[in-house]
Amino acid sequence: MKKRSLGEKLVASPYIVWAAMFIIVPLIFVAYYSLTDANGNFTLEYIADIGRYKDVMLNSIWLGFIATVISLFLAYPLAYIMARSKANTQRTMMMLVMLPMWMNLLIRTYSMMILMQDTGVINSVLTALNLPNLHMINTQGAVVFGMVYNYIPYMILPLYNIMSKMDHSLIEAAEDLGGNKVTVFKDIILPLSMPGIASGFTMVFVPSVSTFYISKKLGGNTFSLIGDVIEMQFKSSNNYNLGAALSMVLMVLIIICMMVMNRFTGDDDDGGVLI
Amino acid sequence: MKKILAVCFILLIVCTLPMSASAYENESYYKGLEGAVINVFNWGELISDTYEDGMLDVNKEFEKLTGIKVNYVTYESNEDMYPKIKNGGASYDIIIPSDYMIQRMIDEDMLMEIDADALPNYKYVSEEYRNMYYDPDNAYSVPYNVGMVGLIYNKTMVEEEPTSWTALWDERYAGKILMIDNPRDAFAIPQKILGYSLNSTDEKELSDVAQMLIEQKPLLQGYVMDEIYNKMESGEAAMVPYYVGDYILMKDVNPDLGFVYPKEGVNIFVDAMCIPKCTQNYEAALLYINFMLDPEIALSNALYIGYATPNVGVLEHPDYAEMRENQYLYPDKENMPEVEYFHNLPQETLHMFSQLWNEIRIYGSDNTHIYVGFALVGLAVVFFMVKKYITKRKREYWYNSI
Repeated sequence: MKKRSLGEKLVASPYIVWAAMFIIVPLIFVAYYSLTDANGNFTLEYIADIGRYKDVMLNSIWLGFIATVISLFLAYPLAYIMARSKANTQRTMMMLVMLPMWMNLLIRTYSMMILMQDTGVINSVLTALNLPNLHMINTQGAVVFGMVYNYIPYMILPLYNIMSKMDHSLIEAAEDLGGNKVTVFKDIILPLSMPGIASGFTMVFVPSVSTFYISKKLGGNTFSLIGDVIEMQFKSSNNYNLGAALSMVLMVLIIICMMVMNRFTGDDDDGGVLI
Repeated sequence: MKKILAVCFILLIVCTLPMSASAYENESYYKGLEGAVINVFNWGELISDTYEDGMLDVNKEFEKLTGIKVNYVTYESNEDMYPKIKNGGASYDIIIPSDYMIQRMIDEDMLMEIDADALPNYKYVSEEYRNMYYDPDNAYSVPYNVGMVGLIYNKTMVEEEPTSWTALWDERYAGKILMIDNPRDAFAIPQKILGYSLNSTDEKELSDVAQMLIEQKPLLQGYVMDEIYNKMESGEAAMVPYYVGDYILMKDVNPDLGFVYPKEGVNIFVDAMCIPKCTQNYEAALLYINFMLDPEIALSNALYIGYATPNVGVLEHPDYAEMRENQYLYPDKENMPEVEYFHNLPQETLHMFSQLWNEIRIYGSDNTHIYVGFALVGLAVVFFMVKKYITKRKREYWYNSI
C-alpha cells in the first residue's frame, strides 16, 4: 500500500479524532459495561441472561426485515423512474424525497400517531364520510409502517445514486442482442444495482431493528422491541450492564445479518439473484 | 389616533401595575447572586409556566427577582430521574422526587442537608407535612405538593362508573385501557386488589402481582406517563390509573372525564424539593426553594398543577377557596379513601422489582409466525447460495472446456 503523505494524514485527522472519540471510545464503554457488574467486577452474567430476551430480539429483527423488504420494493421502481427522467424532474423528485427529512424523526412519528389513532385524523374523516373506522394504532403493522415511512429515503438515495450512474449502453446492447425486458432487468439492471441494494438494505435494516421511539409511539408499548428494552435499562431501570450486554448481542446479530446479505452482493459477477 | 394610543398605554400600565406591585416577602433575601445559573430538574407539568388566569410564570419571576438564570428540565418518573443523578454526568441543583425516592437517596447519601430554619418561608409548610417518615428531621427535603393516585375514566366510554381497581382488568374495555408506566405505581394496583401492602418484600406476593400485570397486558392500549394527556383528552382511551392533579388539569379540556378513588385503597405521595450532592450552586438552590414557598408563587403552582398543597399560606388564600373545596384534592373524612405511602425497599426487593418489570414488559404473544418466517427466509438464502454456486461451477467448467 502506498504510504500516505503528511498532508493527507493532516486532512484525515479531524475525522479520525472524531471517530475515535464518538465511535470507538463509546464502543469500548459498551463492551466494558456488558462484561462487568454494577461494582465493576468481571462477569458473564448479563451476556448469559440474554436468553430471556430471545423472543423480543427475534421479533425486532423480523419486523426490521419486513420493513426493509417493503422499503426495497417501494423504493426500487421509484429510484429507477427517477434516474430515467429529465434532469429537472429528477431534482423535483429528489426534493420530494428529502422534504420529510427536514422535520425531526420524533415529530414525524408523533404526528403519525395522531393521524392513526382511533380518534385520529384518518378515522375522523372516515366517520364524517360514514365509512367504518379502521383500527391502526398499537399494532405491529403500524410499527412496520412507521419504520418504512421514516427510513425509506435511506433506501431511495443509494439506489438512485447507483442507477443514475448506470451505463445505459449496456442495457441497449442487451436489447440489441434480443434480450426481452425480463432478461434485461434480471441480467443487467439488477446485478448492476446490487451495491445500491446492499447499502440501502443496511441503512434501513440497522435503524429499524434498533428503533425504540417508533415502536413506543405506534406500538403503544404493549409489545416491546429490543430497542425499547435497552432504552428502559438505561433510562429508568438503572441497569447499564444489562443494557450494554443487550446492545452488544444486538450488534453481533446485525453484523451476522449483514454478512449473509453481503454474500449476495459480494465481489463476483454473477447475476440473476433475487433477495 | 394619538389619544387612542395614549389610552392604550394607560390601560397597559394600569393592568401591569398590580403585578409589579405584588412584592415577594423578604426581597432583600434574594439579592447577591445575580448572574448565577441553577439547573432545576422537575416532573413534567409540575410548575406554573404561564401568566394566564392570574397565574405567574414561576421561573421567569424568579429570574426577574434574583437575576439568577434557571435551566428547567423535566422527567417523567422518579425512576427516570434517579439514574441521571446517581451516575453523575449531569449537574442539577434542585430535584423534586417523591417520598420513597427521597428515602432511597438519603440512604445512598445523594442529598445535601438543608437547614430549614434558615429559610424565611419555611414557616408556611404545614405541620402535617413536617417530620414525615422519609425525612424525620426535615434535614433534606421541603414538601412541594401532595397527591393521591386514582382511576381516571371517560364517562361516555364506560358502561357503569368504576369503583374498583378491577375495572382495569375488565374485558369489555379491552384496547381502551392505559397503564401507568413505572414499576412502583403499576405494581401498587394489583397489590391493592390482592390486599397486599404497597411495601411488601415478600417474593411470592410480588410474583403474584407480576402475574396479574401479565394477564392484563393483552387488554392494554399501552403503558404511558405524560402522554395520557393526549390519550385521555381526545377520548382515545377509556381509563387509566393516574395522579389526581393531572385529572384536574385534564378535566378542563375534556369535561367527560371522571375520577374515583377505588375502594381497595390508593397510594398517597408527597413530592418534595431536595438539593442533590452534585449541586454547583447550593446558595442559589436555597433561594429557589424559599421562593417556591412564597405564598404568591405557591398559589400559582397550586392552581396550575392541580395537586393539594402543603403550604398554609395558599390554603388560607382567598383565590384558592374554590380549589380548597375540591373533594378529590381535599376529601372529607367520609370520602377519604384508604391510603398508603410508598417506602423505600431493600436492594434485593428493588432488584426483583426491576427484573419482574422487565419480564412484564417483554412478555409478548405467540411468536411462531416469526420462526416460520425466519425459516422461509433461511431456506431462500440457502437456495440462492446453492444456485449461485452451481452456476459458478458450470461457468468454470465451460471456461475450462474451451
